[in-house]
Amino acid sequence: MAKQHISTTINGEPMEFLCEPHQSMLDVLRGPLGLTGSKEGCGSGDCGACSVTLDGRLVCACLMLAMEAEGASITTIEGMATGEALHPLQQKFLEMAALQCGICTPGVLMAARSLLERNPDPSETEVRFWLAGNLCRCTGYDKIVRAVLETAADMRENAA
Amino acid sequence: MTDIRYLAPKTLDEAVGAFAAAQGAARILAGGTDLLVQMRAGVIRPGLIVDIKKISEMTSIEETAGGGFRIGAAVSGAALGEHPRFGRVWPGVLEAVNLIGSTQVQGRASPGGNLCNGSPAGDSVPAMIAAGAVVTVQGPAGRREMPVEAVPAGPGRTNLKPGEIVVSFTLPPRPAGSSDAYLRMIPRTEMDIAVVGVGVSLTMAGGKVTAARVGLGAVAPTVLLVGDAARALIGSTLNEASVEAAAAACRAACKPIDDKRGTIVYRTKVAGVLLKRTVAIAADRAKGG
Repeated sequence: MAKQHISTTINGEPMEFLCEPHQSMLDVLRGPLGLTGSKEGCGSGDCGACSVTLDGRLVCACLMLAMEAEGASITTIEGMATGEALHPLQQKFLEMAALQCGICTPGVLMAARSLLERNPDPSETEVRFWLAGNLCRCTGYDKIVRAVLETAADMRENAA
Repeated sequence: MTDIRYLAPKTLDEAVGAFAAAQGAARILAGGTDLLVQMRAGVIRPGLIVDIKKISEMTSIEETAGGGFRIGAAVSGAALGEHPRFGRVWPGVLEAVNLIGSTQVQGRASPGGNLCNGSPAGDSVPAMIAAGAVVTVQGPAGRREMPVEAVPAGPGRTNLKPGEIVVSFTLPPRPAGSSDAYLRMIPRTEMDIAVVGVGVSLTMAGGKVTAARVGLGAVAPTVLLVGDAARALIGSTLNEASVEAAAAACRAACKPIDDKRGTIVYRTKVAGVLLKRTVAIAADRAKGG
């Protein structure tokens, strides 16, 4: 099967690319599309470093075929900030140093945003379970969880 | 892997036609959380991938006229969890489906994939067996129905005929006083594979069990329907002797493997313990507790 032409939407922008049927969405994001914010940790859906949303749902880009992007809407970490203005989660992660090496951070941020969109007032337990598919090998979970909880509190206050 | 073809048909007839024509070289893609991992590991090299998620019957959840549910085989765990009523009627099936993998995996993984992957430890399967789910299958010879417990044939194998695709699960209407539960034992608190999994569905009336089904996972080459355990419960008030008899039936049904997650002795003992705990939760729910 020759390279296939896919029309999709990424971070709100119409996008077209060519791919092989076996290629993962992560391969295409990081390769031809140059969106290297999504990281490849394990390539088998265990680490969450490639977390993106597909039609609003959090998924691992490594467990999705690029062919499946046809007609879909995908958001990646590159679409999280608005111009120069960071998303409140990004800002809080910087302020609270909720990262060490940073490889897991794009996936953690995507997952945390997905949680706060569904549940603006999560408990610590809910944050920990929601983020259980995002592995951090620097063992920084505590700062991550606290940053998500503080961001949620800030966002609730700003929305009030 | 350069010669793979990909199809995303909009109808089941097209999907079955292409799947059957490929004569075993094809794989069905639902959530892909097993398939893509197996492809990447080089375990399988399909010539054709048939993505079934453009077929509305495979991705929809319907309530049947009598109050049952029909769940498309490719419905994701996350979508099932967001259904306004399913989790209230079948809390055990939902908790089993939602135990599969992380939030990200839940966004894609489906009960149809969990069943057809054929793992003896698939979490949704014991709960579906306990629920008395009937699977609708479509193949080159048309449609047929089979009880969910008839689908697994052994680790990684099913009793589906060549070219057949699992289309949906139909769960029966629930009489008053019914509920279900699923528990699994894993060596850590999250993100692991069951050492034992137990699904129990009960109907209670006047303090007595009038109907029961028990599904038992991860302790034999296939997930099991344990009829002797259900018979020990039916007619009882869930007194200690009848629950112990059901636990003994579960232990007797075990033909487990010895591996790093659990020895034969451990798995067998835990099967009885989990049966008791799962019965207690299902009974509590059935009584409206």
